[in-house]
Amino acid sequence: MKKSVAIIGGGIAGCAIARVLSKYDLDIHLIEKEADVGWGATKANTSIIHPGHEEDAAIHPLRAKFCVEGNRIWRKWAEEMDIPVSWPGELMIALDDGGMETLEHYLKLGEKNGVEGLEIMGREEIKKLEPNVNENAIAALWAPAAGLIEPWEACIALAENAADNGAKMHLNTEVKGIAVGDGKLRGLETNRGFMKVDVAINAAGLFADEISGMAGIDDFKICPRKGQYYLFSDDAMPKVKRIVHMTPTEKTKGVYAVTTVEGNLMLGPTAEDLDFDEKEERSTTEEGLDYIWENARKFLASLPPRNKVSKMFAGLRPEPPDGKYIIRAYESPWGFVNVAGIRSPGLTAAPSIAEYVAKLMEEKLDLRMAEKEGWNPFRKGMKRFSRLSDSEKQHLINRNPQYGNVVCMCKEVTEGEVVEAIERIRKLGAGITMDSIKFRTLAMFGECQGSFCRSRIASIISREAGIPLWQVSLKGDGTEYGIGDIKVLQRREKDEG
Amino acid sequence: MKAESSSKMKSRTYDMAVIGGGAAGLAGAVKAAELGMDVVVLESGERIGGIPMQCIHPGFGNFYYGENLTGPEFSERLIEKVKLTGIKCYTHAHVEGIRHVSDTENMVSVVMPAGITQIRAKTILYAAGARERHAYEIGITGDRVSGVYTAGEAQTLMDIYGIMPGKSVVIIGSGDIGLIMARRFALEGADVKAVVEMLPYPGGLQRNVVQCLEDFGIPLLTSHMVTRIVGKKRVERVILAEVDESFRAIKNSEKEIDCDTVALAAGLVPNIGKLREADIDIDSSTKGPVVNEYMETSLPGIFVAGNALAINDYVDYAAEQGEQAAIGAHLFIEGNMPSDWKPIRKGENIRLVFPHHISGGRDVKIYARVKKPVRDAVVEFPEIDKRVRKRAVMPGEMIIVNLKKQETAGIDELTLRCADGN
Ligand SMILES: Cc1cc2nc3c(=O)[nH]c(=O)nc-3n(C[C@H](O)[C@H](O)[C@H](O)COP(=O)(O)OP(=O)(O)OC[C@H]3O[C@@H](n4cnc5c(N)ncnc54)[C@H](O)[C@@H]3O)c2cc1C
Ligand SMILES: Cc1cc2nc3c(=O)[nH]c(=O)nc-3n(C[C@H](O)[C@H](O)[C@H](O)COP(=O)(O)OP(=O)(O)OC[C@H]3O[C@@H](n4cnc5c(N)ncnc54)[C@H](O)[C@@H]3O)c2cc1C
Repeated sequence: MKKSVAIIGGGIAGCAIARVLSKYDLDIHLIEKEADVGWGATKANTSIIHPGHEEDAAIHPLRAKFCVEGNRIWRKWAEEMDIPVSWPGELMIALDDGGMETLEHYLKLGEKNGVEGLEIMGREEIKKLEPNVNENAIAALWAPAAGLIEPWEACIALAENAADNGAKMHLNTEVKGIAVGDGKLRGLETNRGFMKVDVAINAAGLFADEISGMAGIDDFKICPRKGQYYLFSDDAMPKVKRIVHMTPTEKTKGVYAVTTVEGNLMLGPTAEDLDFDEKEERSTTEEGLDYIWENARKFLASLPPRNKVSKMFAGLRPEPPDGKYIIRAYESPWGFVNVAGIRSPGLTAAPSIAEYVAKLMEEKLDLRMAEKEGWNPFRKGMKRFSRLSDSEKQHLINRNPQYGNVVCMCKEVTEGEVVEAIERIRKLGAGITMDSIKFRTLAMFGECQGSFCRSRIASIISREAGIPLWQVSLKGDGTEYGIGDIKVLQRREKDEG
Repeated sequence: MKAESSSKMKSRTYDMAVIGGGAAGLAGAVKAAELGMDVVVLESGERIGGIPMQCIHPGFGNFYYGENLTGPEFSERLIEKVKLTGIKCYTHAHVEGIRHVSDTENMVSVVMPAGITQIRAKTILYAAGARERHAYEIGITGDRVSGVYTAGEAQTLMDIYGIMPGKSVVIIGSGDIGLIMARRFALEGADVKAVVEMLPYPGGLQRNVVQCLEDFGIPLLTSHMVTRIVGKKRVERVILAEVDESFRAIKNSEKEIDCDTVALAAGLVPNIGKLREADIDIDSSTKGPVVNEYMETSLPGIFVAGNALAINDYVDYAAEQGEQAAIGAHLFIEGNMPSDWKPIRKGENIRLVFPHHISGGRDVKIYARVKKPVRDAVVEFPEIDKRVRKRAVMPGEMIIVNLKKQETAGIDELTLRCADGN
């Protein structure tokens, strides 16, 4: 019989693993507690595909290897799976002599790691690459291999491709316990019942320590490290042409300025260590945002007005002890694999991590990894109406007039796209929520942040999913759009009085 | 719309394409039709009538019709006229882009369920209204949870879809929209905990403070701002602070209010995305286009009116501006648009003033806002010794000055100022 493999966690790591393992003759199950994939660390980060010159292979050999390899694999994956990426390259800016030394340091690290095209340059050359750099910049390390990706879309693409190749998706499913017997993994206890599996791969991000503990391996803790961001509206100027940041410190790569794949200026992150029990603490703070602003000013020539912001948000990095990735298949309990503490540059590293995990399964767990026939590496992304040519637009509308009904005016998203997103969400077995539509269509992502179109999107969901409008949720249970029909409170008052 | 008429639309050149079927757009379309122009109205939403269609309270039409109507009543009257004059109106017709091909030709790209189409028009009346400011751009930090609505969104939910957003509410902003929404929530049995206002005085009309807050016992917290929203999944509370004269939070003045809903009535911003792409001149104080007395922008033949031009206190002003734009478009097509313009400048205590240029050849209405409130104020154009006394002026209430043709004849420029009358 086919071996069954459960992947716990539908972040970038879990989804990449699901995609890679879907090549083999295995019974794959991806288990995710949220209503959709990619809602953990994966949706809120700087979205950089790092080149790998910032990883010290002497201290973090795995991280360095995965980062450099991941950068290469993403190029292929992005093409196969229609994932929006851009390759603007990155400038690490030095403002003083100390900074100069740092540049030399990273140049050496990069060369050791096999990163191509690195070059230290002076002010004149920097200006040519990035007009918006501060006058105080004395030099920069140029890394042309750096790219940007739309991280949630990457995660959705991997999950869709894995599902297309037979992987089963279990959204809204939380692992609550792990059954072990005779030194072997027996199965998973979830809020939806028991699941018998032969292998479980723990890719639970911030909660990987808890999952590991359930399997009896409790020798590490994952610490949340918060990163806050400013995201600016489409017309906020000036943007940056390259990924720009200052020389990093011990703790963090520092504040970055990027123009996202979507074309918006983004500044951040902070690096704030939280307590172990603050794994849901994603609030933004005035201090954090001020820190970003002050730091961005140091290396940029000018910033847009602060009220041109379209969103402030924060994500949590899953920090392992000493920053070391914990990727390991255990003898006891046999069948349990940790892919834990996937901190930065985890987004970059995910494809390479996934391939490494496939190898571990063969080498450490002695699984027969037979490639199955007919595996399909390709996946088509959603049609984004606003980016099509006139004739493509007309063609779509002829097929389905819903593509001629614009519902989100800022991002010009049509009813047809919302309905297509709903079909895709259904196919994954994900929850039909406003956020799962937002991440697929970019509706509610624009200048008005959904104040015009949220009610329209909600009514399409209500119609398609057959639930009352007020029950449509932003991101799952407890985040419903309303509390009932308009007279609900008056009825309650009457009942109580 | 059917495919055949779509191709007809393509070959035809309209005198005026109206973008946005709200009060400004419809009033402009009706006026243009009355002047014999061939007009088409393009409305992105599912019906024409604009924002007033969701405002079930009275307060509309006092100036335009001399009657106090509800929002839908106001819009219905315009819609009636649109029908009578036989103006072509397309709904679900979203304007994607505007191209100013030459001074007598504009192309408007439209997406409709019938297909995409290009409309050719000699003039454009851009009347796409405004968008509401959201929590991020007014600097509110904290958690990103459900239960946060703009006032307009909450109103749409309640009065279009028949849904109750929440049961305990904090309103941010005490302009008329905030005040009216406070009452709207209270009428449905919600516990409105407070209306929070950064300024030391309410932004809306005194009448509304009494009828919407005092009559319902809703507290108004002036000189306060909401700094944070806190909650796990839905709003659980807001943190507010007192502010000093420069609107900075005063240390240790923070307090909390438990609530499950935040409604933001923190101002509107003209919705000019499509015009911005066309590269017209923008006034940084109105955040809308720079216009002459016919509401014509810096691109000849492109007119703008209503909240897309500047945020108006009353729908009546939006409608008037639409009419002025139609009159201008008519002159433009006839080749009679004046060419000599005199600037109107901002003087003491004036935050914004428009139109920005006048011809001096006819009576015009000037709209303005002050920076600071003044009691017993004198609003004046010193160059022509025109003086209007007002008992009180507030930033939240537009000042209207009617200039007569003979008053402005022969001037080079005018400056509006507002001083203490004592
Ligand atoms: C501020 C910030 C900036 C960053 N910048 C970059 C960058 O520019 N480039 C880069 O390469 N990397 C970056 N990273 C790192 C990158 O985001 C992470 O390494 C990566 O997203 C981790 O992916 P993951 O799949 O391990 O974790 P996650 O995305 O957190 O996925 C884990 C999933 O497991 C689920 N889960 C948890 N518990 C359970 C359970 N009991 N049952 C079922 N499911 C469960 C969670 O809901 C979650 O969806 C950044 C991270 C942060 C926070
Ligand atoms: C809660 C609330 C209470 C109010 N109370 C009062 C009151 O008591 N008295 C009063 O006088 N005023 C009141 N107003 C203000 C009044 O509604 C506005 O002044 C008026 O609606 C402005 O008219 P407009 O035509 O400029 O814009 P709108 O009415 O907003 O119309 C603009 C139209 O343009 C359409 N549009 C936008 N973009 C496009 C595009 N790209 N393509 C095609 N169409 C597009 C929109 O769908 C919309 O229908 C209130 C407003 C609110 C929100």
